[in-house]
Amino acid sequence: MSKFFLVRFSEAIVALWAITVIVFALTHLSGSPVDALLPDDATPEQAQMLIEEWGLDRPLLVQYFTFLGNVLQGDFGDSLKWRGQTAMGVVLDHLPATLQLGSFAVLIGVVVAVPLGVLAAARKNSAIDTSANVLALLGQSIPNFWLGIILVWLFGVTLGWLPTSGRGGFSHMILPAIAMSWFQIAALTRLTRSAMLDVLDAEYIKLARIKGLGERAVVWKHALRNAAIVPLTYFGVLAGSILTGSVVIETVFAWPGIGWLAIEAIRGRDYPVVQSVVVVFAVIYILANLLVDLLYAYVDPRIRR
Amino acid sequence: MSDSNRPVLEVENLHTVIATQRGTFDVVDQVSFRLEAGETLGIVGESGSGKSMTGLSLLGLVPKPAASVVGGRVLLDGEDLRSKSEAELRQVRGRKISMILQDPQTSLNPAFTIGNQLLEALQVHERDSRQSLRQRAIQALRQVRVAAPERRVHDYPHQMSGGMKQRVVGAIAISCAPRVIIADEPTTSLDVTIQAQYLKLLEDLQRETGLALIFITHDFGIVARICQHLLVMYAGRIVEAGPVREIFNRPSHPYTRALLASVPTVERKVDRLPSIEGQPPPLHDLPKGCRFAPRCGFAETRCHEAYPGHSAGRSGHPRHIVNCWRAEEI
Repeated sequence: MSKFFLVRFSEAIVALWAITVIVFALTHLSGSPVDALLPDDATPEQAQMLIEEWGLDRPLLVQYFTFLGNVLQGDFGDSLKWRGQTAMGVVLDHLPATLQLGSFAVLIGVVVAVPLGVLAAARKNSAIDTSANVLALLGQSIPNFWLGIILVWLFGVTLGWLPTSGRGGFSHMILPAIAMSWFQIAALTRLTRSAMLDVLDAEYIKLARIKGLGERAVVWKHALRNAAIVPLTYFGVLAGSILTGSVVIETVFAWPGIGWLAIEAIRGRDYPVVQSVVVVFAVIYILANLLVDLLYAYVDPRIRR
Repeated sequence: MSDSNRPVLEVENLHTVIATQRGTFDVVDQVSFRLEAGETLGIVGESGSGKSMTGLSLLGLVPKPAASVVGGRVLLDGEDLRSKSEAELRQVRGRKISMILQDPQTSLNPAFTIGNQLLEALQVHERDSRQSLRQRAIQALRQVRVAAPERRVHDYPHQMSGGMKQRVVGAIAISCAPRVIIADEPTTSLDVTIQAQYLKLLEDLQRETGLALIFITHDFGIVARICQHLLVMYAGRIVEAGPVREIFNRPSHPYTRALLASVPTVERKVDRLPSIEGQPPPLHDLPKGCRFAPRCGFAETRCHEAYPGHSAGRSGHPRHIVNCWRAEEI
């Protein structure tokens, strides 16, 4: 158990380190920040001053380690757009909104998709199975921003049942969360179904029935426990799609999370904030996958050693 | 073990079909036999002859939705299992009739400890405190000669050897003290020494508990060792049935004779083992007459035209029967 955890944990650290290298490199690839910061009519002396002040004339490696040192302290510099705040401060202010919406979307996805996938497999070719297939097809063919707009139009504008944008009470979360989980439900249902179909053919399922167990215990205990590995693996990907999805959905619904923030920061050429968002995205993604690895060990005892 | 005892299990004209895209076919057809307490019945035949399907049909566990048991009676202690509902059948499975599957590597659930899986088998049928069921689970492991069962209950299947796993499967089968256990080639995937130990174990258990055993195999060595009665199946039907000794001494069906002839023995030195020419008929194209006729050296016109009824086997034993037109002549 401990060895497994140690390996996974070191992998996560290495991944995080790689992210810092990429973020650092990307910033330098996008040209000198001095050009972006100074007005067009700035003199070369002014530019030179800024370069020296920020240490941009020092070797790249030295610059990287300065950057890394600051990153480790959560220091990405000050935001250029939101004056008077640190870049990381701005991101952390908006993080709860994203986490709230994202976890609600994941919750909807898991609560709908896993039971649906299990039932579809347990009653193959039944009405439930057919509906699950149709739902999965719709989910995978409808883009989420389009669905978001349609949801706003239908439930917000036409019916007037739910608020169309912004963050407020629970009702504000419903539409964006549905739009976000839409695709995930489709993918997760299909994955769960096919994993369950494989497992239901196993000999230990036969043995469970021979023991006199009811179908409910056979399907939900014996089969799902073994099939769970597959949707669980997807859960790591899901965390990623919540983040990338949040950029689009938060913009459509004007949800003040870090996805929306990323777009705003890019528009305002607020590099420190963009960098912070990227790093926070990476950390969330890596933590989600670490969590998945730990859940693996819980689900499958063979992984624990 | 006299014939006057009431049989534990009596099967009459069991009929199981499988539905495929090409149509519906018989996989178990007109299978009848009886089994008394403490007795062991061997069922032999090639792969696809319907041996395993017969076993699953008894439990009402044929693979759904393709296969279904459509006819016959299965009397367990006088109760017809075929007339029971699925809920009633669940009460019987594991408690009165159980089964040991072929491959111990895959028949235990990898996600649960063996203690958990044993306990579950007991919990389905017994209303008793968790503590005392736990003791019974440990007792069952002890019965199948698992050393240190108190510690072993915490193990997961992947921590055990194949032979040990098959013992655990055996422990699950006997945990509720069933009247009948169907063992579907339980030793095929074990190596020879472990195989011998396992057979010994089954014999011991049978002596201790008086359970009746149906042993599905294709190994005549095993049949000779532990079975008193034998069914020889071919393409879903019984071709010959009777006491093992009578069948071994006087095999009456050409198929049985061919099978026995292909068993190597220490006394009889041969360069090459005789084999039976041809393949068993595919389900979708069963011959109209005797199903073995296309491969049979003795077949004549009537063999191809109509299925032979039961006749007495050559031993003359009252329970020795054979389904062959020419049993008396050859």
